[in-house]
This record gives sequence, structure tokens and C-alpha cells, in this order.
Amino acid sequence: MACQQLRIKGESIVKDMGINVNADRPRRWPLGGILKLQPTEEWSLINRIKKNVASYVLIAPYFILFFIFTVLPVAMSMTLSFTSFNVLEPPQFIGWGNYIRLFLNDDIFRIAIKNTLIFAVITGPISYFMCLLFAWIINEFKGKLRAFITLIFYAPSISGNAYVVWNLILRGDKYGILNGILLQLDLIDDAVIWMKTEKYVLMFLIIVQLWLSLGTGFLTFIAGLQTIDKTLYEAASIDGIKNRWQELWYVTLPSMKPQLMFGAVMQITQSFAVADISVQLAGNPSVNYAGTTIVTHLMDYGSIRYEMGYASAIATVLFLLMVGSNKLVQKLLRKVGN
Amino acid sequence: MQRTYGSRKKLLGSLKRHRGLNRSMAGNVTLFIFMGICGVFMAVPLIFVISNAFKPLDELFRYPPRLFPRYPGFDNFADLKVLMSNSWVPFSRYILNTVIITGGGTLGHVIVASMAAYPLAKHDFPGKNILFSIVVLSLMFTWQVTQVPNYLIISKLGINNTYLAVMLPAFSYGLGLYLMKQFMEQIPDSLIESARLDGASEYRIYLSIIMPNVKPAWLTLAVLQFQTMWGNTGSQFLRDEQLKPLQYALLQIVNSGPARQGAAAVVTLIIAAIPITFFIICQSSIIETMTTSGIKE
Repeated sequence: MACQQLRIKGESIVKDMGINVNADRPRRWPLGGILKLQPTEEWSLINRIKKNVASYVLIAPYFILFFIFTVLPVAMSMTLSFTSFNVLEPPQFIGWGNYIRLFLNDDIFRIAIKNTLIFAVITGPISYFMCLLFAWIINEFKGKLRAFITLIFYAPSISGNAYVVWNLILRGDKYGILNGILLQLDLIDDAVIWMKTEKYVLMFLIIVQLWLSLGTGFLTFIAGLQTIDKTLYEAASIDGIKNRWQELWYVTLPSMKPQLMFGAVMQITQSFAVADISVQLAGNPSVNYAGTTIVTHLMDYGSIRYEMGYASAIATVLFLLMVGSNKLVQKLLRKVGN
Repeated sequence: MQRTYGSRKKLLGSLKRHRGLNRSMAGNVTLFIFMGICGVFMAVPLIFVISNAFKPLDELFRYPPRLFPRYPGFDNFADLKVLMSNSWVPFSRYILNTVIITGGGTLGHVIVASMAAYPLAKHDFPGKNILFSIVVLSLMFTWQVTQVPNYLIISKLGINNTYLAVMLPAFSYGLGLYLMKQFMEQIPDSLIESARLDGASEYRIYLSIIMPNVKPAWLTLAVLQFQTMWGNTGSQFLRDEQLKPLQYALLQIVNSGPARQGAAAVVTLIIAAIPITFFIICQSSIIETMTTSGIKE
């Protein structure tokens, strides 16, 4: 292993020196390359496929499952969204019917979409900046202390369904921990039934979601900060960078752009999918639908009412929202440091 | 690659001082105080998870609340034991189900995803880029989007109400393949090339060159997948009580009223402790894998 590490190091030095280790490998084919193939026998598409049989064999198990359980369902969901389908009878094509009902006649969906957007707009960016900020501060520590702090911040996101402990914190009587503390401090006169009071539900769900949200993106940032070349900082301070904030903006962030983009995907996707905590902490349906999100609405129609066509339309809207906002943020992030 | 992570420097010397030039004392203090407050917010619920498990029932519902129990004991563990022996599905069955689902789902995912990651990282074959970009796209939405059709597909395949219904879709999660492929890209081509010259087949190379070299990555995949599978209640596909996992039992106990809260606190602790332990063991490997996780333009 040590020998291999050395080898990898050697290779990268050779690469830095501008010597192409891979000179003897065939050049990479860009995506559009397939269309521009020369009609010589050696490069024909069929030959290239034949040559790579082993590659296809190796990817087959994964991609067969991937197509069955991810690609096909997305396509099915989009198709079914134009039908009325209750599982027992074959689906009936009804055009835009589901979407019209969804956006014009479904009051609860309007609440759901409003709540989901509030959730996403608040927890998405906040959790993203929390991940970045904490990772950045953690980077100032070393060794065991650093591993420990990382653990404290990361642990909630991996502790399974342990967020049910918030049920005890937010209990509606004076034995609830939050109520107990506030009563003790004389900030409230009576115990507040937090999760059954409309104006508090969304706020607390957001807090719990933020508590859970330092996940994969957070680890990515910690890792990304470690890989930044230390000499860049020395060079920057010679160039007149005065404080850590300038350092962050001009050196750190541009150097970890790939990680920033990946972290964004993780945080944004997560922020649209809030459902389980809402059902567990606020109940389903929650008081006046204060905790209803697109996903709980989807679960309602998909797993309880078996209106699969309608549920598919909800799923399609969710899909477009998630992918659309991801693409948008990716576009914005490309501009960091430019 | 940097290997500063987990280095055995003493705690006292743990603040880096060599970049003092750009660090003001006031800035340090502000940031660390802020960090401390947030750290408390993150830690307190988890401390409750731990301490609740050792609180007698009357301390669990106590006014004013107390973070640590005054008379810690193992009453709750005894409660859970009684509850377990009274449930009509033996409690060990829930544990067995969880072991099968999490173990199978994790192992299968690591094998299937790393097999696919090798060609995607190191071979040039037609269709490679489009396949990978579909996988990246799949990171941008969650499983709820495909929930309804997946139910129909799993019924059609005849695996509804079996372990496979939960495990098979998990084999093909996108995140694992993505991380594995990114990590494999940094293996030097010359290593593979020389194995080829020695007459090794691609399968041989995958097994004896690639896999031993990406140990941090498959540990990471295992831990991340374990967390996902561990949190799965399987409520959608597993109808029989005998097939349901521990998480399902937990939610049942938690939702079953104040008298059970002692037992619930113990189950919550078990549920949280196991994935956290795995993370502690594998932390440095995971961080190492994440260094390669960026999305390249």
C-alpha cells in the first residue's frame, strides 16, 4: 500500500511536469464524437462496442436495476400523470386534467406547494451556508478535536429516525422540554401546544430539518477544504489579501468549486423532500395543513387514496421543481469567483 | 493527496497557527463562540437521546426538565425487554429483518456500484457519458418522485412483500456510483495498463487492481448506504409484520403513549448509536473519498 501511495505521488509529479503518461492511450471520445466518426473500420461504432464488451458486462447489473427502478419510473410517472388510474382498472387518458385539477381546484396542494417552497427557500440556502461555514471553521482545527467537532455536527443527519426525540422537546404540556424551560424562565404563562398551533408548526419543522441537514454536503466541504493547496494562501497574502474573509472569497471558494456544486445538489434535493419529520412531529394531516408538503400530499394520494394518476402528476411537479432548481443553482455557482 | 485528517497531534496544539498573518484574534473568538452555540444546538437533542434512555419514567416527564438524570438506571431497558417478550412478533425478528435488509442492501450496492464505476471511470466505450450524466441527474431528485411507479413495478415483478422489494432498488442508488466513479478516476492509468500488458482480463483488473486501491471509497459507500437502509421503515412494500424492520417497531413504540416512552427512549438510543458508531470508525476514509466528490465542469 505504501509503495502504491508513492507510485501515485510519482505519477502526479510527472503529470505536473507536463509529461503525458497516457500518450499511448486512445484519445477520449467526447459525447458528440459518436456522430462525427470517420467511416474507417477501426473506429466504427460497432467495433468500439465489440472491443468494450467487458465494460458493458461490468456496468450491466447496475444499469439494469437503475433503469428498472429509476429511469423507467420517472418515464412512467410522467406518462401516468396524464391519466386517471386507480390500479384496479387500466389507466384512462385524460390529457391535462390532473394538472388542471392540481393547480386550480386543489386548495391543499396550493398549501403544500407554498409550504414546500418556504421550506426549500429557507432550509436549502441556510443549510448550504451552514455546511460551508461550519466546514470552514472546522478546517481551523486539527486531529482528534477536529474529528470530534465533525462528528457532533454530522451525527444528527445519520442517526436514523432518532429525530423523534423532538417529540419530547416539543411536547404540548409542561413536561415538554421546551415548555419546561420557557415556563421556568417565565417567558410563557402556560404550556404551548407547539405542534398543534398553526403558526408554530412550519417554524419548528424548519428548525428540525436544519438540525438534520448537515449531511453529505457538509462532509464534501470538509474534504474539499483539505485539498486546497496551502501555497495558494501564502501567495495570496503576498498579493495583499488582508483577512480571512477575503481569503475565503478569492482563494478558498474558487478552489473548491466542484465541491460547492456537488454540495448544492445534495442540500437542494434534500430541502424539497421534507415529509417524514412533518408526519412524525406534526401528524398527517397536520393542523390546518400547516405541515403539509408536496411529498406528504403525494403520499396521501399515492398510498392512501390510490389515485395513481393524480399522485403521478404531483410527483412530476416535484421532479420538475427539484431538477429545475438544481440546474438553476448550478448555473449560478459556475459564476463563483469569476 | 492530503492526509492531515486524523493525524495524531496533541489536542493542545490543535489550532493551526502558521497562517497567523490573516487571522485576527477578534475574528477567531467570534467564530468560535458562534460555533460553540451552534454545536450546543446540534448536540443537546442527541444528549437527550442518550440520557433519556437512563431516566426513570418519572424523570422522563419532569417539570422543570433536566438534561441528565438524577437517579440513572436501567429500568427502561427492563421495560423494553418486557415489551419485547409481549409483542406477537418476536422482537428478535425485527432485528433479523433489519440485519438482512441493511446488510443485503449495503453489500449488494457496494458490489454492483463499484463494478459499474470501474468502466465509467477508466474505459472509453460508446454511451459512457450519457449513462453517467443520467446518474448525475438522478442525484437531483429523491425516491419519493418514483414512489408510485416503483410500487407498480415491484408488484409486477412479483417481489412485493419480500425483502427484495426494499433491497433491489437500493442496489442502484445513484450517490454510491457517483462517489465511486469519481474516486476511481484518480487511480493512475499506468497501473491498469501494466496489468493489461501482463495479460490480466478487465474482470481480473477490477478485482485485483481497482478494488484494493479504492478501499476508502467502498467503506464510504458501505457507511452511507448503511445509513439509508438503516433508516428504512419498509412500510411501503413490507405488509407482513414478520418482515418489518426495527425502525418500524421504533415508530410503533414511540407513537404508543406515555407509558412506553421509557422503552422508546432505549430504542431511539439503539437506532442512533449504531450508524454513528460506524461513522466514527470510518470517518477518515469517508473524508478521503469526499475529496474527489466534486462535480467537474
